[in-house]
Amino acid sequence: MFLLLKYTLLYAVVLMLVALGGMFSERSGVINIALEGIMAIGGLAGILVLVLFQGTLPAAAVILISILASAVAGMLYSLLLGFSAITLKADQTIGGTALNMLATAAAVVIVKAYNNSATGGNGSASSKLTYSNKEFIFTAGPLTYNIFLIIGIVLLIAAYVFLYKTKYGLRLRSCGEHPQAADSVGINVYQWRYTGVMISGFLGGLGGFAYIVPSVSTWNFEVGVTGFGFLALAVMIFGQWKPFRIAAAAVFFAVFKSLANIADATFLTNLHLSKNIYDMMPFIASMVILAFTSKNSQAPKAEGIPYDKGAR
Amino acid sequence: MANSEYIIEMLNITKEFPGIKANDNVTLQLRKGEIHALLGENGAGKSTLMSILFGLYQPTSGIIKKNGQEVKINNPNDANALNIGMVHQHFKLVECFTVLDNIILGIEPTKGLFLSKKGAREKVVALSDKYGLKVNPDALISDITVGMQQRTEILKMLYRDNEILIFDEPTAVLTPQEIEELIRIMKNLAKEGKSILFITHKLNEIMEVADRCTILRKGKYIGTVDIRDTTKEALSKMMVGRNVNFKVDKKPAKPTETVLQIEHMTVPSKLHKNNAVRDVSFQVRRGEIVCIAGIDGNGQTEFVHALTGLEKMTSGKILFNGQDISKASIRERSKSGMSHIPEDRHKHGLVLDYTLEQNMVLQRYWQPEFQQAGFIKQGAVREYAQGLIAQYDVRSGQGPITIARSMSGGNQQKAIIAREIDKNPDLLVAVQPTRGLDVGAIEYIHSQLVAQRDKGKAVLLVSLELDEVMNVSDRILVMYEGEIVGELDPKTVSVEELGLYMAGAKRDNRSAEGK
Repeated sequence: MFLLLKYTLLYAVVLMLVALGGMFSERSGVINIALEGIMAIGGLAGILVLVLFQGTLPAAAVILISILASAVAGMLYSLLLGFSAITLKADQTIGGTALNMLATAAAVVIVKAYNNSATGGNGSASSKLTYSNKEFIFTAGPLTYNIFLIIGIVLLIAAYVFLYKTKYGLRLRSCGEHPQAADSVGINVYQWRYTGVMISGFLGGLGGFAYIVPSVSTWNFEVGVTGFGFLALAVMIFGQWKPFRIAAAAVFFAVFKSLANIADATFLTNLHLSKNIYDMMPFIASMVILAFTSKNSQAPKAEGIPYDKGAR
Repeated sequence: MANSEYIIEMLNITKEFPGIKANDNVTLQLRKGEIHALLGENGAGKSTLMSILFGLYQPTSGIIKKNGQEVKINNPNDANALNIGMVHQHFKLVECFTVLDNIILGIEPTKGLFLSKKGAREKVVALSDKYGLKVNPDALISDITVGMQQRTEILKMLYRDNEILIFDEPTAVLTPQEIEELIRIMKNLAKEGKSILFITHKLNEIMEVADRCTILRKGKYIGTVDIRDTTKEALSKMMVGRNVNFKVDKKPAKPTETVLQIEHMTVPSKLHKNNAVRDVSFQVRRGEIVCIAGIDGNGQTEFVHALTGLEKMTSGKILFNGQDISKASIRERSKSGMSHIPEDRHKHGLVLDYTLEQNMVLQRYWQPEFQQAGFIKQGAVREYAQGLIAQYDVRSGQGPITIARSMSGGNQQKAIIAREIDKNPDLLVAVQPTRGLDVGAIEYIHSQLVAQRDKGKAVLLVSLELDEVMNVSDRILVMYEGEIVGELDPKTVSVEELGLYMAGAKRDNRSAEGK
């Protein structure tokens, strides 16, 4: 049971962070299907920092700069989405898909190039990075936690306050619902959509790092982030684009995801089901849930529609 | 400089777009505290002129003065800074926000980092009391009536302390009662010293509310008149450039055999759990115009959808020329001689991103006339479209290859009417065929409906406009909450009585057969 709780917390925080990221982007009016790619890039940046500085800098500093690096890398990568979707008014789904493909491929190239030069350049380097994750994990009582749990809770509350209690949140939301209305009262829609996308990149990059680091100490970048970005999209939709509902939805999906991790260590082994079935669970759950709930979706009305000042 | 007679002056404004002069040397002078109407047909340049005043466009030449001082208005923020506010024809309100949030959006009061709505709420409540603008600040926009949404827009301007209020076709979306309310509000605002610019093409409203009126025609300035010294007829002549007939010329109807017979039709509502159309029965004969009158949202839309096949009905029967078509597809209904001029011409009337000629053959492209071996005969389509364009005087930038989206509303409607009438139908279903059109186009469409009737076609008109109901129809059926509550003769019934039926205050005990 403790094991289930441990993994649930681990995954719930990741799903929540990334889904909150998606929420900010979509609330400003830009569909962010590139979360998967943003996570991969964020994870890569954070782990590269770990690999480069672990041992040379104090632990606290390594934690801080690796987390910052992942978030900033995600933010910079999301700017590509912003540029195509907002400035160039391109189709947001296609742009996002392209970024997903680019991210995994770029991550592999970068890791291979790094490994290649580190091993003297024999040309057959792997796409794996190995690092230590001990600094991120601490134990209290019967459970081990990681630092992202605290960051996640703080950011969840911050997201709620920002969105509903400040004028910036009001403006950001108005851009996703009715950009013409926002424009007519002097709100710069382009600027707010970029803001939404960049917050999304920040949280997505951080989420990618939070997904990879606490659970394993070697990561193969060929798999990207194993579909977690898409799962986060489902969490966001199930959470109806609202922070606390997203948090609840994240916990729900995390339980399903965790089942796979504990399948061979607990009573579940008695069922003699293939581990693949548990691996499929979160995705099947999201399909079923979205099929039933997406009808009453409260998606931002103007999401996915590029805003054109001239069109009336 | 505050002693200038005018609060806003737009002097000799010319605005050229590629290939067209939208405004040609137009002058508009607004006095402080007056209600000034801006009158013109669709495409006369009213919206362009207001967009210039609101900073959305820059004039090619001409100057704008406020209180005698020349000003530059480069964007809506500049307009706001000069205390110019505008209620747009399509409201600029965020549906899932409250009334209060919409009002403060863009100039939110804050305490430190956080929103502080208390003071704003007090100001809004005070303003709404002062001007009689009833709103509930905490209601969501999606839950309130169109009238209340409009009052929210007005409060938005007042909250920003705007002095010059522009109303862009404010009555187009309102019920008669809401229009009365709006007129009262506008008079109140003017009395309190606000200056109002009122864009419209409805002459009755101008006569009732405005002090002065500036008329534009085809981008040119025609003149400014005092409403006290003018008449409706004189105004419409200035607007259209010729005399307009308000009365529809028509001979008494000579109905013959029944074309359409509806028996006990019931249609479920999409919005609520109850039925939108309840047990409706009536018939329409050749050579008559039957009008379904009623206030918007009383089941007319669902009725027409069920009749034309866009929606399913739960019970009842539709007999068309004696055949039961209750379960027939839309195309089958169309082929058997039913034409439909839909309520929403953008949604159901045209494919907006298709060309005019493609739209004209939407229901016929599969006929041998236009198709061979699976390919469209482009030449035949072009020729057919050109014929219709000439016959029905559909004006557009590039003729048959104009994209429908770029055409004016009146010409889009003419294109639909051309297509539907040219099918030579037995029954023409016309739903609010003149919505949003100017008097010239309305006159034309009414004459087309009467011409169809005189050719022995059956016409079923659904209208919210009382004038249209009274002038065009031969028989009126009033629909209230999904039921036909009265059958009236337009020659004997008064507008007041019709209004009572429409409001549900009066009803006949019609027999179940529904004569």
